Amino acid sequence: MKRHTIILFAALALPWAASAQDRYMTRTGHIEFHSSTPMEDIHAENDKVTSVWDATTGNVEFAVLIKAFSFEKALMQEHFNENYMESNKLPKASFKGTIKGVSAEQLTKPGSYPVEVSGTITIHGVDRPMTTKGTVTVDAKGAITATSEFAVKPGDHDIKIPGAVKKNIAEEIAVKVRLDYSKM
Amino acid sequence: MRSFLPLIAGLLMAPSALCQDDLLNLLGEEETGPEYTNASFKTTRVINGHSLENTAHGVLDFKIGHRFGPANGGAAQAYGLDGATVRIGLDYGVTDRLMVGIGRSSYQKTVDGFAKYKLLRQCDAGCSMPITLAVVASSSMTTLPADEVPWYGADRTDYFSHRLSYAWTLIVGRKISENVSLQLNPGVVHRNLVASTADPNDVVHVSGAGRVKLSKRVAFNVEYFYVLRDQLPDNFRNSLSVGLDIETGGHVFQLHFTNSSGMFERAFITETTGDWANAFSAPSKGGGFQFGFNISRVFTLHEPKRPKG
Repeated sequence: MKRHTIILFAALALPWAASAQDRYMTRTGHIEFHSSTPMEDIHAENDKVTSVWDATTGNVEFAVLIKAFSFEKALMQEHFNENYMESNKLPKASFKGTIKGVSAEQLTKPGSYPVEVSGTITIHGVDRPMTTKGTVTVDAKGAITATSEFAVKPGDHDIKIPGAVKKNIAEEIAVKVRLDYSKM
Repeated sequence: MRSFLPLIAGLLMAPSALCQDDLLNLLGEEETGPEYTNASFKTTRVINGHSLENTAHGVLDFKIGHRFGPANGGAAQAYGLDGATVRIGLDYGVTDRLMVGIGRSSYQKTVDGFAKYKLLRQCDAGCSMPITLAVVASSSMTTLPADEVPWYGADRTDYFSHRLSYAWTLIVGRKISENVSLQLNPGVVHRNLVASTADPNDVVHVSGAGRVKLSKRVAFNVEYFYVLRDQLPDNFRNSLSVGLDIETGGHVFQLHFTNSSGMFERAFITETTGDWANAFSAPSKGGGFQFGFNISRVFTLHEPKRPKG
């Protein structure tokens, strides 16, 4: 009886082990954005991006804690959270999609791979389809870094910018992402 | 064996569910450091008195306060617009918990200074503090010529200390919801010298303030200073103010109606002469309320190194 149970558990645990093999994760991914207008430059950084990437299927997910964005000016940060992103109501931005252009096998060897990332980006509670290019680098020690740059329009995500500050906030915000993945 | 069945069923389902969706669930709940509630009030003053907010570390806040004359002055006084008392001040956030400030008021030509420290901070996540508790210690000094100081009698010696007053205020407040914040701010005002022996040097008040956000950038504020009975001569009233905060990027405009002309504690707590009951009566009966505004403009002087990661 006891032995049966153990075997059963072992069998059940197998799919776990198999599926966990080529998964990579980070909790300390870096994201920054930049808004540039003749009136004002606005820059914010966040080192609390969490992401899980299943290299076998190519599926990838990101979550970004809005309150973890740090600005040069404290008041900008307060307004970003309170007035624009409403981070008490909508604490996270996320992305769910796939990374194409690099295989699980390639990730075990050093190299640099151009990839295409596509999926759905959710900011301020509004979903938008997104496709962008990125680079996945595996260094000599096997460390995996993924980087990407893309643009986000506040208007696409129902982020209203009042007339008084329209000239201070760019219509397109440039976003940079850099993630150092480690094996799960 | 029977008790194992649900467990096994659960285990069977778990891997397949994870493969499909929600890769991030694999990481479990993320830990966040303490996250303090922000934006309980638009700025560090409700109207005349302090709110539970501080200027952030490294931020300089340039404040201009202006009170017109009594609105019941009628058309002859342009409904009060002819009169004016002004306070110009600078506040600075030494840390996120400690702010200091100085100001100069035209009311009795007074210089004032204060320090405000947050002992407890309301917390949204990572800790469980339900309130913000702050203390404000302030002092003021009139620079009027000795023969004009209102509390000097004919035989008073003009000692420096006779020109001073102090105020201590405790602020207990909470951002109750995204739109509503309330605070109680009891305190005591100490006047080094008073006009007569009938006047106490220490005046105790129990006061409160609140705000309701009308939109993302506009809030409605109310503030009332209740001075405990039998401490002030009959011609002085409790200070009651209502107003709007309008925030536009780096500025906050506060427009309000108040029965106080002074903008430091001794003035608006112990020397308010306007009476809301006279709001629409003849000017000969005394002042009612007046229109006023505060403008706050912030400058980031120093960018503190915030912890990363």
